[in-house]
Amino acid sequence: MSAKLVDLPGKGTFERGVHPHGHKQLAAEASIEVVPSPSEVLIPLLQHTGAPCVAAVKIRDEVKVGDVIGTSDAFISAPIHASVSGTVGKETVATLPNGRHVRALPITAAAEQPLQGQALLNDIYGGEWSTQALDRFEPDHIVKTIREAGIVGQGGAAFPTSVKVTPNEKKPVDVVLVNGCECEPYLTADQRLMQEFPAPIITGALLAGQACGAGQVIVAIEDNKPGAIAAMRKAAEGTGVKIAVVSTRYPMGGEKQTVKAVLGRIIPTGGLPLDVGVVVINVATAAAVARAVLRGKPLTHRVVSVTGAGITQPKNLLVPVGITYGELIDCCGGLTSEAARIVAGGPMMGFTLGDLRVPVTKGTSGVVVLTDADVRKSEETACVRCGRCVDVCPLNLAPTKMALAARHQDHDLARRYHIMACMECGCCAYACPASIPLVQLIRVGKAQLPKE
Amino acid sequence: MTEENKIPEAAGPVIHVSPGPHIHSAALTTRRMMLDVLLALLPAVLVAFWVFGGYALAQIVYALAGCLGAEALFTAMRKKPFSLMDGSAAVTGVILALSMPATAPWYVGVIAGFAAIGLGKVIFGGLGNNIFNPAMVGRAFVMIAFATLMGASAYVDPDSSIQALTRATPMTAIKMMHETTPLSALLIGNTNGSLGETSAIACILGGVYLLWRRTASWEIPAGVLLAVAVISGAISVLHPDSSWGVLHSLTGGALLFGAFFIATDPVSSPVTPKGKWIFGVGIGIFIMILRTLSGYPEGVMFAVLLMNAVVPLINRWTIPTPVGGPVPVRK
Repeated sequence: MSAKLVDLPGKGTFERGVHPHGHKQLAAEASIEVVPSPSEVLIPLLQHTGAPCVAAVKIRDEVKVGDVIGTSDAFISAPIHASVSGTVGKETVATLPNGRHVRALPITAAAEQPLQGQALLNDIYGGEWSTQALDRFEPDHIVKTIREAGIVGQGGAAFPTSVKVTPNEKKPVDVVLVNGCECEPYLTADQRLMQEFPAPIITGALLAGQACGAGQVIVAIEDNKPGAIAAMRKAAEGTGVKIAVVSTRYPMGGEKQTVKAVLGRIIPTGGLPLDVGVVVINVATAAAVARAVLRGKPLTHRVVSVTGAGITQPKNLLVPVGITYGELIDCCGGLTSEAARIVAGGPMMGFTLGDLRVPVTKGTSGVVVLTDADVRKSEETACVRCGRCVDVCPLNLAPTKMALAARHQDHDLARRYHIMACMECGCCAYACPASIPLVQLIRVGKAQLPKE
Repeated sequence: MTEENKIPEAAGPVIHVSPGPHIHSAALTTRRMMLDVLLALLPAVLVAFWVFGGYALAQIVYALAGCLGAEALFTAMRKKPFSLMDGSAAVTGVILALSMPATAPWYVGVIAGFAAIGLGKVIFGGLGNNIFNPAMVGRAFVMIAFATLMGASAYVDPDSSIQALTRATPMTAIKMMHETTPLSALLIGNTNGSLGETSAIACILGGVYLLWRRTASWEIPAGVLLAVAVISGAISVLHPDSSWGVLHSLTGGALLFGAFFIATDPVSSPVTPKGKWIFGVGIGIFIMILRTLSGYPEGVMFAVLLMNAVVPLINRWTIPTPVGGPVPVRK
């Protein structure tokens, strides 16, 4: 299948980028399974970009699934809900995969959970999802519901969705772009969700469009997911939602790249899709919006891919927020003897785990276990200035120059090469023939750059 | 750390922690790039064997001895890791040898190789740090040091049993005697000249391989050939009765060899596509200036060295603008 856009101004692709091996076949055929209910979950009070929540419950409080356990008054924030029914424990500190230490509430699960197994999956994504008469929901009501349901972007960055869809008079939105690209190798959670449960995605996308007053709703899917494309096309029939098939190229799922590929619009450096009249939300986020608005349920569970050659039996799991990575791996038969690196997220931008008792958050899209053979690379040699990194940089930067400036702490030079425009997609380090850790050096350089 | 936090000994695989990306393209490594260049030079080497026989082999041995010897000596002196295996010294050696006249004595080749690596590369800090193309530094060194052994007249040996050596090179023939070498000879390569440059077909074969492998950037040879074609085209228009046409300019002398194998050295060329165009066009312009206005019949070597010198400046001029514009300055 190749990129195909109908009546859309984009070209279905963006310039430069890389084509890493997808390895999607490992988990692409694995239907979404519900993980056995854990005996305890550890729910971080900061799972999103923005202000952390404070605990709204006390130790030994009894909570039910969906009860609010953390809240914040800040605009850029999202409340946190219990993902299991049970007893709240003593507040502790959890270390997230990105290294951030955040406060977290443990909940010991009660013996009886209201919904388990297939019934839980049906309650979350199954059943009928109306696409009719959605205009009965006022935009304000939808935004408020999204906020109260604690919905944040499930593609990785976990930006509060309510903030994105809040109408802004200065920056009108004409397109809601639902991102089903899933360009990271290995990950298949969004793909399975689109293939098995396209209806809530379409409904949620329409509701998001209704909230921010966008006339157009488009779902972007990479052309390596024919099953998902077919299911989404069928579900979108007669709803006005367009399905845009874009070419498979990393980092297509980056919002700058998706917006360029589908709409031909260029988001200014340092800006947001909002600056070009677009709101981008992930497919799982859209499904969560539908569930919140139509069924009044908050975001407590999500689909996570557990995959890679280091996993005995790769699966796509529906899991409660706060379950540990270790439990997910156990549920998939454990690690194989070749396992060498455990990555939270995809292998291009994900973080490695040193401890498996880290909790899954709303933004966790997958856990990929790589083997020695996967992560092996040749020894670092001197930069021969071949310019391969320049040829693959989706933002048209000169990574070698920024990285070597960062290595030599030459901040002026790094700035002259626009180091702060880098989104750290990792194409440069992926492609470098000399195995120079380019994006890693750039990250350090960005952090060390003195404020202007 | 509590007791259960400790990693149990010999219980399962060892798990690494590292910043991403966690996968890496295996399509191209520095060593593979060097190997690609050597493979791409093969047609030119074979033609050199065919046209110049034992001379070609001898020159390759001399230059390689100088280059590899210098690399081994200097890396040992600098207490740096042994670097012969990266292949870059071998590439310099073969390119240098193919840019030499067949008749050069053994010590010229060895000294050129030694100067190429010593003065061209190591004193700048080794692979990746040199400003000038090492092979051309070595050649320029012996060109000045042994002017009579490297000049146009030195290419000719009237008594040689090798037919090509009994005639002037095509570039000297047109410049001094206004004799035009037929295009077919320039294409096949049975003419006099520096060892690797004589056959346009061999250079194109190797060049296309390098571009296909993306080891060489297409913008550089494109820029060189475009500039030479435009300028020589203009000259043809001004001198319509000249038998030396645009195709002669493109296939004669070291142009194709230089455009595909010398100018494309990544270390001494710019990193951005725009910079590579400027670099290539600049070399083409200098080649035509030197060919038409200077005392030398050919100008590839000096053109490359001149443009090498301005590469840092080109890099500075051609800093790419990020998609979405420059980073806004916060007030």
